[in-house]
Amino acid sequence: MYAFTYNRASGLRQAQNMIAKLDEPKLLAGGQSLLPAMKLRLASHANLIDLGRVEGLAGIELKGRSLLIGAMTRHFEVATSPVVRQAIPALAQLAGQIGDPAVRHMGTLGGSLANNDPNADYPAGALGLGATIITNRRRIAADEFFKGMFETALEPDEIITRVSFPLPKKAGYMKFPNPASRFALVGVFVCKRGSEIRVAVTGAGTAGVFRVGTFEEALKKRFSPKSLEGLTIPADGMSSDIHGSAEYRAHLVGVMARRAVAAAVG
Amino acid sequence: MPAATLTVNGKAVTADVDPRTLLVQFLRENLRLTGTHVGCDTSQCGACVVHVNGRAVKSCSILVAQAVGANVLTIEGLAPSATQLHPMQEAFRENHGLQCGYCTPGMIMTAVDMVNRIGHDLDDKTIRHELEGNLCRCTGYHNIVKSIAAGAKAMAAGGGVRRAAE
Repeated sequence: MYAFTYNRASGLRQAQNMIAKLDEPKLLAGGQSLLPAMKLRLASHANLIDLGRVEGLAGIELKGRSLLIGAMTRHFEVATSPVVRQAIPALAQLAGQIGDPAVRHMGTLGGSLANNDPNADYPAGALGLGATIITNRRRIAADEFFKGMFETALEPDEIITRVSFPLPKKAGYMKFPNPASRFALVGVFVCKRGSEIRVAVTGAGTAGVFRVGTFEEALKKRFSPKSLEGLTIPADGMSSDIHGSAEYRAHLVGVMARRAVAAAVG
Repeated sequence: MPAATLTVNGKAVTADVDPRTLLVQFLRENLRLTGTHVGCDTSQCGACVVHVNGRAVKSCSILVAQAVGANVLTIEGLAPSATQLHPMQEAFRENHGLQCGYCTPGMIMTAVDMVNRIGHDLDDKTIRHELEGNLCRCTGYHNIVKSIAAGAKAMAAGGGVRRAAE
């Protein structure tokens, strides 16, 4: 790692002040992506601001028709929470598939969303459920939040505090994990809420998580895997690497979407 | 950075460290607790797994600064005494759950965490799935899985887990 100064924030206000005052600041949440990247010297930051001790950033709460999850809530907590399992089982299941048990003990919801890794699971969950990302300054709809690979709508001095997931009628997540990294080679989150249908795909696109309008239209007629039979998406814009070609990923999107709908209705 | 103070295997420890110091470096280089291994150093292999506040984490992917004030349990702190192995360690010995032994400390710390979270009756499928973050290049895993199943049962039979004082 390149040298940096470690700063521990004890409150949100203090974290904000640190961002404003410090040179090249970077927020440290669970560190499961940031620290490995820094160790490989793929990333370097003069100042880390550790959010690990900030009060009130972790927790799970059902409020009306929404599930509120604090930004510093670890994947393990989301995966095993009886509240999440009851309210949005597909989200608990998604969190339980991130990385491995030790990574899930450290990694956080807010960290994952802010990082917006194109192969991460949570962006599909947030976009698929139509979540609202709540920061120290404003509320950002998931549709406006993800801006491409490792890019989000967050301003440099903005800190995610909570994420609000409106409860779906039905939801499902299916992931084809990369056999080595366990990241999503392709992951598809589907959700039905009244007449609203959302299909969000992670892992496949060169610009990160995206929705599939044609699948959503087909599922509006009937929310069943049968509605997606024969439907595919174009290979244009799909990632192509040693793990899979663009055509392969495009094909997997269709397969995973059908399985996700089957899981949601099953 | 101010001196790091944390509890390791029940003892309070303090050290002035560079902010870059990873927990695994602190354990191995400052405290000379070299049972925790560095295998890949890219958070894939799990040779560095220790418990922080009762939960398995990869000590190569956490700064010691993040663990200030925490209770850390390493493989050295697991056995109840200098002459008696922890039931999970004993199960690995009994079932030949290791060959070169490099991954073993991480395997055992992961196994104990698995029992703490899921319970004492672990089927092979569960064990294999839970070992997702631990790599072994010698055994083919078969005897590791056997060891964990046996160790989990032995832990239920009274071989309690010594956790770091909480």
